[in-house]
Amino acid sequence: MNTNLFTLFKKEIKLELRNHTMVSGLLLFLVCSVFIYYLSFQLHLSLINSFVWSALFWITLLTTSVNTVAKSFMAERDAGTYYYSLLSPESIIMSKVFYNFILCLLMASAGFILFVLFLNNPIQDLRVFILVVILGSFGFASTLTLLSAIAARSESGTLLMAVMGFPILIGILLAAIRVTVNSAEGLDLSVSINSLLMLLSINTITTSVSYLLFPYIWRS
Amino acid sequence: MGGLFQMLNSKSIWWKSLCALLLMYSVVGGFLMRVPRLSIVNETIRALYYHVPMWFGMVFMFLISTWYAVKYLRNHRMDDDIISVEFANTGLVFGLLGIVTGMIWANYTWGTPWHGDPKQNGAAIALLVYFAYFVLRGSLRNDEQRARLGAVYNIFAFFAMIPLIFIIPRMTSSMHPGSGGNPGFNMYDLDNNMRKVFYPAVIGWILLGCWIASLRIRLRRIEERILDEAYEKGV
Repeated sequence: MNTNLFTLFKKEIKLELRNHTMVSGLLLFLVCSVFIYYLSFQLHLSLINSFVWSALFWITLLTTSVNTVAKSFMAERDAGTYYYSLLSPESIIMSKVFYNFILCLLMASAGFILFVLFLNNPIQDLRVFILVVILGSFGFASTLTLLSAIAARSESGTLLMAVMGFPILIGILLAAIRVTVNSAEGLDLSVSINSLLMLLSINTITTSVSYLLFPYIWRS
Repeated sequence: MGGLFQMLNSKSIWWKSLCALLLMYSVVGGFLMRVPRLSIVNETIRALYYHVPMWFGMVFMFLISTWYAVKYLRNHRMDDDIISVEFANTGLVFGLLGIVTGMIWANYTWGTPWHGDPKQNGAAIALLVYFAYFVLRGSLRNDEQRARLGAVYNIFAFFAMIPLIFIIPRMTSSMHPGSGGNPGFNMYDLDNNMRKVFYPAVIGWILLGCWIASLRIRLRRIEERILDEAYEKGV
């Protein structure tokens, strides 16, 4: 299974490198969002304190991740998917989760750079911030990948994903915003450790439940 | 749990009369029996008998719904899907009633109906998740696919929701009785007087939920059978 997982993962990256419309489209989406924030706050950039910054940052990541992950199973619906019948559904979902995790992480780093460029950089403790970005991106990826597999089967794809995903992601979002505010205020790691552990446990739950449930979506 | 439901699912009368008796007792006892006298809360403490059983009922209904979703994925029997959906429906009604009773209580005790309390927000999130479940089911045409994907989302949502409604309210400060240092009823109620009404109320409301769900399940089964017969006759 591990070799399959790696092959599938390589295939996703190759496909993306061959026609990079998706990543460039998502980056443009990010640039537009941040530019809109910049223009809306234009003369009042000082209003963006650490709390407003964290909330804006994570809501931007939320919408970007929904758009990122929504595409994961669209290609499989239409064209040549015969090779997937050779592979176990478990390796398919895990390769998709890891690929989406890498994409979400990429979007988060690009988002951070854009936020620093256009707005400001309130983050004092970069170590905690990197930790929460990694855990939050993984949470988004693991939750949304299964939902995108469900949504790909219905007619109203992306809308359905947002409706199903937002309430489930609120827990991750709240914990991530809290830790980001802590890291912006330079508080010690021990203050944030509870929320980080909660993020880790939510990630474990969503990943293992996706792993167990995906075969039922796949074999139709 | 399946066995328990089989027992309740029968058309027998004993648990329905038990339910009616318990609910009548909890309404009469809830208004007339002595409660601790407390400042701010005053007589609104009686909301405990009607508000909290709604949450117990909701979680119980959603638990049965998830249980039957798992059963559906294992056996692919359409009947399990009907049971799962109808318990989710009933759970949603309990959740809405819980929110409304909570808002009425909060209006008198906290001053505003929506106070942004973590427990209130968690409950609202739980309802959003199950609304999304019904939107998902509505957007799928094929019966078998609707049942299968619905079951998958039901299970996924239930496990993702547990941290939201059970863990987050305990991690953050809250004005809700029983959390964030505010005493719950086990501290006020030194002589266990309130429990004499509270626990029967919980059991009564859960039984009422099972009753409503079982009626709706029977209705759905009859509808399915009528459709099947019409289909066979070629109408």
